[in-house]
Amino acid sequence: MISIIDYGAGNTGSVKNALDFLKFKSKITSDKDEILNSDKVIFPGVGNFGDVMKELKKRDLISVIKKVIEIKKPFLGICVGYQALFESSEESPDEKGSGIFKGKVIRFRSNLKIPQIGWNQIKIVNKNYRLLKNIPDNSFVYFVHSYYPDVENKKIILTKTEYGEEFASAIEFNNVFATQFHPEKSGKTGLKILKNFCGI
Amino acid sequence: MLSKRIIPCMDVDKGKVVKCINYINPKAAGDPVELGRYYNEQGADELVFLDITASVESRNIMKDLVKKVAKNVFIPFTVGGGIWNINDMKEMLESGADKVSICTAAVLNPEIIKQGAEKFGSQCLVVSVDVKKNNEKNNWEVYIYGGRENTQIDAVEFAKKCEKLGAGEILLNSLDRDGTKEGYDLDILRKVSESVNIPVIASSGAGTPEQILEAFTLGKADAALAASIFHYKKYTIKEVKSYLRERGVVVRE
Repeated sequence: MISIIDYGAGNTGSVKNALDFLKFKSKITSDKDEILNSDKVIFPGVGNFGDVMKELKKRDLISVIKKVIEIKKPFLGICVGYQALFESSEESPDEKGSGIFKGKVIRFRSNLKIPQIGWNQIKIVNKNYRLLKNIPDNSFVYFVHSYYPDVENKKIILTKTEYGEEFASAIEFNNVFATQFHPEKSGKTGLKILKNFCGI
Repeated sequence: MLSKRIIPCMDVDKGKVVKCINYINPKAAGDPVELGRYYNEQGADELVFLDITASVESRNIMKDLVKKVAKNVFIPFTVGGGIWNINDMKEMLESGADKVSICTAAVLNPEIIKQGAEKFGSQCLVVSVDVKKNNEKNNWEVYIYGGRENTQIDAVEFAKKCEKLGAGEILLNSLDRDGTKEGYDLDILRKVSESVNIPVIASSGAGTPEQILEAFTLGKADAALAASIFHYKKYTIKEVKSYLRERGVVVRE
């Protein structure tokens, strides 16, 4: 069973649809025990960083996420679910992140259209990966965001993407995986990435 | 590099995909669930679903249909038509839409853009603007209620206002070109694209791959929406994309 963390917002339904299509059992839940007892955990996110952190706190889910990661249960953060793993965000300076990884979430500096909306390429920089097994370099995936984590530990960076500036579009560290793009909305490539995660 | 997007649009009337010419005379074109699955397979970059009748009784049919379409679509999915308030937006997002498109409501009550952006984020708020050229004034005016009422609001000014209030994208429809296959209205498309710093989706009038190319090169659009040329399989999405790729436009495989 795969838990999809429910925090009152977010596109949990899209992730569930993709897992159903791939024939992996999943449940949208905010129940701590259920999350801790599942095989894998997906934390999808859309919306404002501060709102997401507030909702997580309200449901006491930050400690649950930390625990999941500590016991090395495979964990996948998506979009704001990726950003929430870092210390803080320029989007909501008053609301702290979970601080699981070092770094700040920053806004695009470039003068291109913001948010970045659409299909962009991922340059695979770490060949020793599991999440991107059988995914060709420079594949297109779907992005919708104005902010991205400025990852301090460069060793965890899995892919980079160029949008006026280069940023870390996915990370992998032990059993923690996270993507700035939306695999559940990235067509066949995205489904393959989700399948890789579910098979870990 | 960020690619240009090709977006098939399904106008849905009483549960069926239809295609209108100049916003009247619906002609049946197919089943939304099947067409959605087909476009997802064919390499569409997004899918738009507009409820063109949007009456009270059609709301529940819509929610149900949106759920069914979303089950088979793993690309971004936008739903519009009959979205008047935050609750309508919430219902559609919960049914499986990734974005909602608002049209008349955004003109009559622009605050809804701000409220929606604050509640769900700008990324899921598309403002659909219906425009028509006023030859006397040499500008384009915003129409509401499916093209039935002229507000006399200047289209460029309105697009800028939408951006300021938190719209994530502008979907620009031309009442002069809708269903004609004569090509997009490139003049207003370029004017709007150059006046806002959010993505602009060209709509109304696509009949050939060349016209789609022009939407990007001359109209400066970020995405191009088309309906009948795909529904009637005049061109496939793959054919349009190879045409664009050969001419230097970055598109997804």
